Amino acid sequence: MTRSFFARHPSVLVFIACLAFFTLLVTILSEGLGIGVISTSFVKTLGKTLCLCLVAIAMDLVWGYAGILSLGHMAFFGLGGYMIGMWLMYERTRDIVVTSLADVEIPPTPQEISDAIGNQIFGVVGSSDFPAVWAFAPSLPAQLALVVLVPGLLALVFGWLAFRSRVTGVYLSILTQAMTLALALYLFQNDSGLRGNNGLSGLQNLPGADTIPQSLISLWFLWGSALALGLGYLLLAWVVSGKFGSVIRGIRDDEARVRFLGYSVEGYKLFVFVLTAVIAGIAGALYYPQAGIINPAELAPIASVYLAVWVAIGGRGRLYGAVIGAAFVSLVSTWFTSGQVPPVDLGFYTINWVDWWQVVLGLSFVLVTIYAPKGIAGLFDLAAGRFPPRRHGAALGPDDGALREKEAEE
Amino acid sequence: MRYLRAALAGLILLAVPLVAQQAPESGTPVQDLLQTHADQIAKSSRRTIQPVIDALVASGLPQIETVLATWQAREIWQRESDGLFFAATETDNSLFELTDFDTGEPIGAFPRDGLAQVKPNSGVQGLIATALVQFQLNSPDPAQRRQALDSLARAPDATLLAPLRASIEPETDPDIRARKQRLATLLTIAHDSNEAARIAAIAEVSGDLSVDVRATLNPLLSTHRTFAAADAPLAGDQNVARTLVPGRDIPVTEAYALLVAAGDAPALVSEGAIREALAVNIAEGRVGGVPIAALSDPEARNRAYDALAAAGAVPPRVDTAERDASLAAHRFYDVYDEPSAALTDAAQQALGSIETRVGINQALDLGLDALSLASIYFLAAIGLAITFGVMGVINMAHGEFIMMGAYTGYVVQQVIPDYTVSILVALPLAFAVTFAAGVAMERLVIRHLYHRPLETLLATFGISIALQQIAKNIFGTQARPLTSPGWLDGAWVLNDVVSISYIRIAIFVLALIFLTLFLFIMRHTRLGLETRAVTQNPRMAASMGINPDRVNMLSFGLGSGIAGVAGVAIGLYAKVTSELGQDYIVQSFMTVVVGGVGNIWGTLLGATMIGSLQKGIEWLNPSNTLAAQTYMIVFIIIFIQFRPRGIIALRGRAAGD
Repeated sequence: MTRSFFARHPSVLVFIACLAFFTLLVTILSEGLGIGVISTSFVKTLGKTLCLCLVAIAMDLVWGYAGILSLGHMAFFGLGGYMIGMWLMYERTRDIVVTSLADVEIPPTPQEISDAIGNQIFGVVGSSDFPAVWAFAPSLPAQLALVVLVPGLLALVFGWLAFRSRVTGVYLSILTQAMTLALALYLFQNDSGLRGNNGLSGLQNLPGADTIPQSLISLWFLWGSALALGLGYLLLAWVVSGKFGSVIRGIRDDEARVRFLGYSVEGYKLFVFVLTAVIAGIAGALYYPQAGIINPAELAPIASVYLAVWVAIGGRGRLYGAVIGAAFVSLVSTWFTSGQVPPVDLGFYTINWVDWWQVVLGLSFVLVTIYAPKGIAGLFDLAAGRFPPRRHGAALGPDDGALREKEAEE
Repeated sequence: MRYLRAALAGLILLAVPLVAQQAPESGTPVQDLLQTHADQIAKSSRRTIQPVIDALVASGLPQIETVLATWQAREIWQRESDGLFFAATETDNSLFELTDFDTGEPIGAFPRDGLAQVKPNSGVQGLIATALVQFQLNSPDPAQRRQALDSLARAPDATLLAPLRASIEPETDPDIRARKQRLATLLTIAHDSNEAARIAAIAEVSGDLSVDVRATLNPLLSTHRTFAAADAPLAGDQNVARTLVPGRDIPVTEAYALLVAAGDAPALVSEGAIREALAVNIAEGRVGGVPIAALSDPEARNRAYDALAAAGAVPPRVDTAERDASLAAHRFYDVYDEPSAALTDAAQQALGSIETRVGINQALDLGLDALSLASIYFLAAIGLAITFGVMGVINMAHGEFIMMGAYTGYVVQQVIPDYTVSILVALPLAFAVTFAAGVAMERLVIRHLYHRPLETLLATFGISIALQQIAKNIFGTQARPLTSPGWLDGAWVLNDVVSISYIRIAIFVLALIFLTLFLFIMRHTRLGLETRAVTQNPRMAASMGINPDRVNMLSFGLGSGIAGVAGVAIGLYAKVTSELGQDYIVQSFMTVVVGGVGNIWGTLLGATMIGSLQKGIEWLNPSNTLAAQTYMIVFIIIFIQFRPRGIIALRGRAAGD
C-alpha cells in the first residue's frame, strides 16, 4: 500500500528528500554543529519559514483542495503560538522567581511563588492575579494538548455554525476574516488575560535550558519544524490522494452535485477545516518559540490574507506549490524589508525597497492572480510539458472556489 | 433699593465708631485700616490673609471695594518713605501717579524708586475675588455682575448667601436675575442654617438635570462607616443611612478593619507579618520548634508562629472564629455626615427623581450616539452597496478608496487655506479622484475576474496592500489633520446630559443625502436601469443594446467615488492615516452582509443595527471599546446563522440561486 502510494505520487518522495537534504545542509553550515557559515538568526529564519510552509500546506488543503478561502488560518496559527507561549513564559518566570526566592530566610510557600510569578507576568497590564485561562500553564502536556485543542475547537464551533447555515464563497471568507478580527481585538484587551498588546515575550528561552546556547536550540527547532513539515506533508498528501481527496475536490468545484450524490458535504468541509486549523496551531506552536515574541498584531486579518497570497503565488491546489510560495515569498520579504537590497536611484527619486516592497508584493500578487493562476508551481508543468485542459474558458465547476481553466491539470 | 441704602448707611454708621476708636484723630479711615495690617498686606500669604480681608470688609467703608479691586489687580503700591498705601498707575518716564484711597484724589506723580508694589499671589487674589463678589453683585455693570456670579458658582461660599439674596431684589436684568435666584437656591441647599428653607430649596430643584444641582445635592448624602456594640442603642443624633451586614453589604475584612482601627479588636496578623516574625525569630535552624525547611507549608508556618506567640515573642494570631465573634458583637452602619434626617430624605428623593430623568436622557443621548455611528458605517458602506451589493464585486480596496478621499481632503486643505471653501472643493474632487481610481481598477483588474469572486477578493487585497504602502510612502505614518470649518465646531447641547457635535449631525445629513442619491440613480436614471439589467443578466442586457463593459465601469466608478466622499466626511472627525480604510473595511462588509446584499434599505438597517449594537455594548462596559467591537462581531457571526442572507433577503431570481 505504502509503496503504491509513493509510486503514484513521486512528488512526495522528491519533497521529503529535498526537505531532508535542506535540513542536513543547514545543520552542516550552522554555527551550532557545523562550520558556521549560516548565522544563528538565519537558522531561526529558516526554521520559521518551515513553520510557515506547514501552515501554507494546511491553507492549500482548505483553499486549493476544498475551495474554502479561509481568512482565519493565521488566527489558528497565532492561537497555537499563544498556547505554547503560556507554558514557556510561565516556566521561565517560575525559574527566575524560584532562583530569586532561594536566598530568602524563610522558604516560600507555593502561594507566594505563584503570586510572584503572577506579578512578574502581569505587572505590565497592572494586575498580578492569574486569569482563568492560565489554569493549565504550569503543565507542559496540558498546554501541548491545548495547542491542538484550542484551534481545533474554535474551528469546530465556527465551522459547524458556518457550514451548517451554508455560508459559502466570499461570505465565508468575510466571516472568517471577521472571526480573526474579533479574536485579535479580544486579545488586544488587557483583561483578556494574555497581557493585551504586550503579548507574550521571551519565548526563545527554553526553561531549564539556560546552559544550552541559542545556536543549538535554533537547530533543534529547525529539525522539529522540518519533521513537522515532513509529517504534515505526508499526512495531507495521503488525505488528498484517495477517495477523500476526490470528494473534497468535487466539493470545491461543484458542491451541489457532490451533495446530490449523497455525500455529507458539511461533514467533509468541517473535517478539512478543523484538521487544517489543528495543523496551523501546531505550526504556530513551533514558530513562536523561534520568533521569541507573540502579540495580537500577529493575528490581524492581514496576516491571513498574506497566507492566501503565499499559496496563490506558489500555486494552489498542489501541496508543493504552497510550500514553494510560502518559502519564496516570506524569504524574499525578509530580504527586502531587512534593508539589504540596494536602493534603486531613478535620478528624480530613490526607490528604497524597505518602503516599496509591499507595493511590489501587492501588485505582483494581482498579476499572478490574473495572468498566472498556477503560480510558481506552473513552471514545473511548463517544464514537464503538461498543459491545462481545453474547456473554452469555463472553470471546473460553478462554485466560487472552483479551479479555473488555467489552473486545472489534465 | 432705598432700604438697602439705609441698611448700608446703618452699617457704615455702626462701623465708623469702630474705626474711629482705632484712629481717633485721623480723617483717613481707609489708610489707617490698611496701616493696621500693613505687614500682612505687604507680604501676604493665602493662609494668613483671610482675617485682614474680613476686617476690611467688616469696616463697611465705601472705598473698600476700590481697595480690594486695586489690590487684586496688583495696583496697590506702598510708599517706602512713610509706608502708606496708594493706588498707582504708571505714567510716562516710569513715573507713578498715586491716588489716595480715602479721598480718591490723585496726590501727584512719584518715581518708581521710592515705591514698592504689593503683589498678592494667585491664592490671595482668589480670596480677594471672593470678598469682592458681594460688591460686584450689585455693580451697575452687568458684565461685572455676571463675572461675580461665575466666581460664586465656582467657589460657593456660605458667607455670600446673604449678599446674594439681597442682590436679587434690585436686579433689573431678567437673565442675571434668574441666575442669581438659581445660585441662591443652590447656596441655600448647601449652606443655609434654616432647615425648612433648605428642604424647600431641594424640592425646588427636584428633577433638574444640571450637573451643578447634582454636585450640590450629592455632598448632602455623603456617608461614613461606623459601628456600635450589638447590644448598645444607637446614638440619638446619628442619621443612619443603612445598616450593613458583614459579608453581604460590606466585606468581612473591611468591617473587621473598622473594629481594629477603633482599637476594639486585635489586628489580624497578615501572612507577610507572619513571615517577617518568623524570619526574625530563627534560632539554630528552627523557628518555634519547626525546622526552616518545612516552612514552605502555610500550616507549618502557622504552627511555628503559634509556638512563638505562646512563648510571648509575638502577638497571637486572630483566627476566623474569633474574628467572626467580634464582628457578631457589633453592628455596622453607614451614617450620613448631615445630621438632619428630613434633609437627607428630601435630598434622596430629589436625587432619585433626577436620576430617573438623567437615565431617560442618557438613553436618548445613547440613541443619538448610535445613530451617528450608524450613519458613519452607512456612509462607509454605501459605496460597497453598489460595488458589492448590486454588482457582486468584492472590493477589498474599498477602505483604501475611503483613505484616498480623506487624503484628497487633506491635500486640498494644504492648497486652499479657507476651511469652508476647501471642504466644498474637496468633496467633488475626492469623488473625481476615487471615481478615476475605481474605473482604472475595474478596467485593469476586476474586468478579468468577473464571476471569480474569491480571486477578485484576493487581487483587490493586493491592491489594498499596495495603496496603503504608497500612502505611507507619500504622507508618512503620522496622522494628518483634516480640519473641519469653524461652523461645524461645537455641539448641539440639549441639556447637561444630551449633546451631539455638529460634525456628527453633518455626517448624518450626508448619509441621508447619499441614500437619496443612491435611490435616485438606481431607480430613475438610465445608468441605474442598465446597472440593474447587467447585474441580473449580462447577456440579455447586451443583446438589448446595453454595453455591459461601460455600465460595469461606470457603476464601479460611482461606488468608488462615493467611498471617496465618505472618506472626506470620516476624515473630518477621525485622524487621517494610511490605515484609515482598514479600520472600516470589515465593518463595512459586515454592514452590507448583515443588511442583505443587493438592497440599500438592508444596508441602512445593517448600519443601524451594528451602530446601536456597538454603542449598546459600549454602554454596558464603557471602559472597553475593544470589547464592544469583539462582542459585536461575535454577535454578527451568530446572527448570520439565523439569517444567512441578511435582514432583508432578496427572493426569487434576483437572489442569484
